[in-house]
Amino acid sequence: MIEYSVLVGGKAGDGISQAGQIIGSIFSSMGYYVYQYVDYPSLIRGGHNYCIIRAADHPVAAYRNEIDVILAFDQQSTDKHAHRLKPDGIIIYDTNRVKAKGIGISLSGIIDQFQGLPVMGNTAMIGALFQYLGVPWETIEPVLVKKMPKKTEINLNIAKSAFSQVQSNRNLPVPGGDARPFMTGNEWIGLGLLAGGLDAYIAYPMTPSSGILHFLAEIAEDAGIIVYHPESEIAVILMALGLAYAGKKTAVGTSGGGFCLMTEGLSLAGQSEIPIVIVVSQRYGPSTGLPTYTGQSDLLFICHAGHGEFPRWIAAPATPREAYYLSALAVQVAWRFQVPAFILSDKSFSEGLYTGDKEMKAPAEFPYPKPSVPYQRYEESSDGISPILVPPEQGEVIKVNSYTHNEQGITTEDPAITIKMAEKRKQKAISLAAFSDTADSISVSGNPEADICIVCWGSVRGQVAEAVGDLTVRVISPLIIEPFPINSFTKVMQKVKKILVVEESATGQMDKILREKGFPPDELILRYDGRPSSIEELHEHIRRFV
Amino acid sequence: MNQATPLILETKNTWCPGCGNFAIQHSVKFVIEELEKEGTPRENFVLVSGIGCHAKIVDYFNLNSFYSLHGRTIPVATGIKMANPDLHVICFAGDGDLYAEGLDHLIHAAKRNINITVICHNNRVYGLTTGQYTPTSPYGYRGRSTPAGIHEPPLNIIEMLLGSGAGFVARAYTRKISHLRRIIREAILHPGFAHIDVLQICATFFNLTSFYDEHVYETSEANVSQFDVACRTGQQWNYSDEGPIPIGIFFKTFKPTLPENREEKHPVRTEVIKKIIESYS
Repeated sequence: MIEYSVLVGGKAGDGISQAGQIIGSIFSSMGYYVYQYVDYPSLIRGGHNYCIIRAADHPVAAYRNEIDVILAFDQQSTDKHAHRLKPDGIIIYDTNRVKAKGIGISLSGIIDQFQGLPVMGNTAMIGALFQYLGVPWETIEPVLVKKMPKKTEINLNIAKSAFSQVQSNRNLPVPGGDARPFMTGNEWIGLGLLAGGLDAYIAYPMTPSSGILHFLAEIAEDAGIIVYHPESEIAVILMALGLAYAGKKTAVGTSGGGFCLMTEGLSLAGQSEIPIVIVVSQRYGPSTGLPTYTGQSDLLFICHAGHGEFPRWIAAPATPREAYYLSALAVQVAWRFQVPAFILSDKSFSEGLYTGDKEMKAPAEFPYPKPSVPYQRYEESSDGISPILVPPEQGEVIKVNSYTHNEQGITTEDPAITIKMAEKRKQKAISLAAFSDTADSISVSGNPEADICIVCWGSVRGQVAEAVGDLTVRVISPLIIEPFPINSFTKVMQKVKKILVVEESATGQMDKILREKGFPPDELILRYDGRPSSIEELHEHIRRFV
Repeated sequence: MNQATPLILETKNTWCPGCGNFAIQHSVKFVIEELEKEGTPRENFVLVSGIGCHAKIVDYFNLNSFYSLHGRTIPVATGIKMANPDLHVICFAGDGDLYAEGLDHLIHAAKRNINITVICHNNRVYGLTTGQYTPTSPYGYRGRSTPAGIHEPPLNIIEMLLGSGAGFVARAYTRKISHLRRIIREAILHPGFAHIDVLQICATFFNLTSFYDEHVYETSEANVSQFDVACRTGQQWNYSDEGPIPIGIFFKTFKPTLPENREEKHPVRTEVIKKIIESYS
């Protein structure tokens, strides 16, 4: 097994995250699978930002404690992280700002020589890194050209200059194969929404979900979709429901606080049966909490948000493949069952970068039931789903309503109709549950015969999958959390004697869901400092229980 | 459904006798019938309402409608218009609904000049929740939540709209029916955001019929495109004093609207995705 970890550290404004992305892209272009963890405080300039790029010859979704190379733009990068270096690891540092042992290069010297901008120091570091690793210039040059469409020539000169100042010391193996795409979790989600047939995306900026907004806004014109950023999250969800009423498959994205503002609109979606996709990317709360750090503490909130009773669908991806597939499925499910469909992500997944594949699988488009005339928006049907018709339709009137309404969509307070409409929503929930309870709604890895089982969900599975190492453990992770796929879950849990839950929350929210479903966990491994666990850290925790 | 099908449904009407909502309903019906005769198909109208007595209007019209939430007509209407610029989207809102709960949406709709029509049923009181003060109730108004009288002066909504960049600002009165019809028609036909503050009485909680009859007058619209004139007309009455109360179109101007008139593109989605993945590889 080949793998390699690079830590890039500096101040906000040094272009740390961009450097990481380019390094990851170069590894991906060589056939590596890369995971990049990004750690930054909530400020614009200064502070200490770092990212860890882990490249391996197999898919990875977590970082290790041990680092092969540190690229230090500031003193904190060595002070804070030098202890993580492997015995044969090395620090490549900026001699103008850092005192360290290793390979020093003067970033400002190189930048001045080519009249570059200060941020181009990151290009120099990339050049130095890959020469140290023994990667030929011909491999890195095309990626630099692609990733730096502006001032490309200056950037290339800077990278080349740093490249030639360093002695090649390694001979990094090249796994080979096609160059693979390297994108953030948010981008994989955005791409999946597109694959599901998305027509519009409405959002108000909120870390860590904003990446979806930025990604879709950038490609909106080419993709022929509407992307809009209105005055508040309240406006976001109501605008989205307006778009959906008029026939546009619409998604919104936010984080916990923004979603709080959307709950009124969520309930409206439930009552009016207007389809909507909601991406919630969690950060550790409550309230403003840790804006740029991760958590899984909004699970029960998302499960129960909104007043009144109505069905919903919640999926939690952990890999690019799942993000792509489930986001596409969310669009389809929302429109087929006329329910709010959630993609539940977190900072680790949303802002982490992952190597995916060029060919990603999306679900086949479902057939939607055909409306009959004279049209009634809430017409009775055996599965609880009334066909959607979009205005303008000659000769027909399309009425949706936040009040309890009759089949036509007109307000009523009649008790018999109230019961009928509540039962219609219950029937929809039954139809949705039957659709969702399939074998592929649950991810099973590790040793599927093991007595000890770890249940985890979302990005944490990336850590658990590798942290179990050679321990005899079954790893079960529901991809669909609501409606909970109880039959499929029961099947994969057969003969389990001990259940561990690993979650990034203080109270164990999946624990409560499992108890309700009749699978009471024995132990909880909880983390709530906003940071994802390294493989080694989590391995230690798991080992104690196994 | 064709032009012969009545625009008003058989639904039981639950407004109080004498309510100003009837005049708005009849005026809108009149204008839509007129526009239909002139060639706009009735299915191209979408009515959006908030929550309150006014909002029941959508249950009474045999037209496409979205009965939304208290204060949230405007974002819903904005979404509908963005989805399909061919639709005529008309918002019905109340003064508590639009000027309290949903005021931010109103300001931003005016600012972005979204091409919708907003009709505010301004009776200056909460009717359905039984008589509390709203942002346009007069100074000292005593309601069930403010038995000692409110200590805050009302919001001059005309000034606020002008300050927010609204391109069409008007006021009407439900007992001046032909004037109200004309203004509703002009507002619907205005290419951009159009707001009508319609003064109406609440027959049960705040009946100002004789006050309005005495103080309301039709203002000149000769300088309708001049912003400073509009501001002065708007300042003639502060929603608290005796007026005079001008009604009419205060301001009308043309500027770029949302949604922009862009050609809709339909590229093959799988090709778009392939291209994006390629650019990230």
